[in-house]
Amino acid sequence: MYVATKGGERAIGKAHDWLAEERRGDPALPDLTIPQIREQLSLAVARVMAEGALYDPDLAALALKQARGDMIEAVFLIRAYRTTLPRLGASRPLDTGAMACDRRISAIFKDLPGGQRLGPTFDYTHRLLDFALAAEAAQDDPAVADAPDETAGHRPETVPHVADILDREGILQPETGADEASPPPDLTRAPLELPAGRALRLQALARGDEGFLLSLAYSSQRGYGRNHPFVGELRIGAVAVEVDMPELGFAVEIGEVTLTECETVNQFRGSATEPAQFTRGYGLVLGQSERKAISMALVDRALRSRELGEEDTGAPVQDEEFVLSHADNVQASGFLEHIKLPHHVDFQAELEMVRRLRAEAGAAMAEADAQAREAAE
Amino acid sequence: MDGTGQPADERRDWMGLLARAEARALDRLWRGLELAPGFAWLRPPETGTVMLRGRAGAVGAPFNLGEMTVTRASLRLDCGAVGHAWVQGRDRSKARIAATVDALMQTEAAETIRAGLLAPLQQAEAGRRAARAATAAGTQVEFFTMVRGEE
Repeated sequence: MYVATKGGERAIGKAHDWLAEERRGDPALPDLTIPQIREQLSLAVARVMAEGALYDPDLAALALKQARGDMIEAVFLIRAYRTTLPRLGASRPLDTGAMACDRRISAIFKDLPGGQRLGPTFDYTHRLLDFALAAEAAQDDPAVADAPDETAGHRPETVPHVADILDREGILQPETGADEASPPPDLTRAPLELPAGRALRLQALARGDEGFLLSLAYSSQRGYGRNHPFVGELRIGAVAVEVDMPELGFAVEIGEVTLTECETVNQFRGSATEPAQFTRGYGLVLGQSERKAISMALVDRALRSRELGEEDTGAPVQDEEFVLSHADNVQASGFLEHIKLPHHVDFQAELEMVRRLRAEAGAAMAEADAQAREAAE
Repeated sequence: MDGTGQPADERRDWMGLLARAEARALDRLWRGLELAPGFAWLRPPETGTVMLRGRAGAVGAPFNLGEMTVTRASLRLDCGAVGHAWVQGRDRSKARIAATVDALMQTEAAETIRAGLLAPLQQAEAGRRAARAATAAGTQVEFFTMVRGEE
């Protein structure tokens, strides 16, 4: 039971003042600017955008600053802000085949059309702390890139997905055709209903907590709902956003977003109705976050196990209700943290009940003792 | 044609270019033109969101990926030309300039704007893209499979 509590305004006011001071830290040090956070903590910004489900790097940087770097608090701020904005429309489905790829790798083909590009990756670094970064004054200006090739700079050529190659051979399960007439279900408009279907699952996973998805994906690799994934392709880069202009009757580009996409190719022995072939898992995430994109693809594939007629092993990662009900960190932390708020009346009732039970049990015991003594005499 | 006498393709291109342009560069170029046409708002700048859609497996059924902030504006110049803008982000001034430029591109000021604003934006964008593509190309990798000595 929730009962409104009064009082404490003065203490709350002081607590918030102190919070502001702690957020600012040592006033002798310069204040962090939003562009500094956006540019220099860009992967933190990307995570807040992905889990906040709102692409706006400046807003995400502001949320991180206000939240003192607490990711989930920052995601909460973004979600709350989003609810104040009107929905102006929906984009055309983003064409990731036309992505300007910063990074594009495949773990299954070493020679693939379009080539493999490492991009700005932590892979192959030695994971040794770089103390040069701590020497503030000694940082060099970034190297100036070679003069750009004048012939480049047009829209990137479409880079075919690795999946297309397998698709052509017929050994990869095709994606089922789209029902383009009706808009896909939207979690931000209607509460989650189960069974959810893949479109709703992908939306929930795309905004789900990275840590939760990572752990679930890892559990599937360790044997709880194993699905034998290969990273068919991982790509990171900018994709154009197109919207149909109701005023004009044609589609216009309204901007560009950075996305991370992971397609897994998974072993599938076939079923009574289908021959052996590879199946797909799919991850698509706002911003640069390949750990989450890979995790999402593994979880997406695990959640398709029933549709593919695989044995139900009871693994958490294959349980749609379990995964979708617990993937949202704003929901989860809201419910978790509410138990620290005043529950005085609830507890008072419990306290009285426990006291009464103990008193009754004490009385019953005393009576039993008395009877036993009587019988012994 | 879209009913205003402009081939839709061309208008698509400049609207996209304006939407993708850096706000500061757009502002500087616009001020440099020293045009200040009178106008009335049809829809003053309004910030909201657009739901971004992906496709399952990149090619399958659409799903809702997450939203993006967008600012839109529509206006009519005193000469009657109507301009629209939908631009990523929350910058109202950028939306106003983009809508004004869209309208002016349908007037005799089109050539001035093309040379003094659209061309430099196009060039800047091409430069940015080429530089990034060149950096990415520098990380192109050839993986070798080591052949085992099996004799």
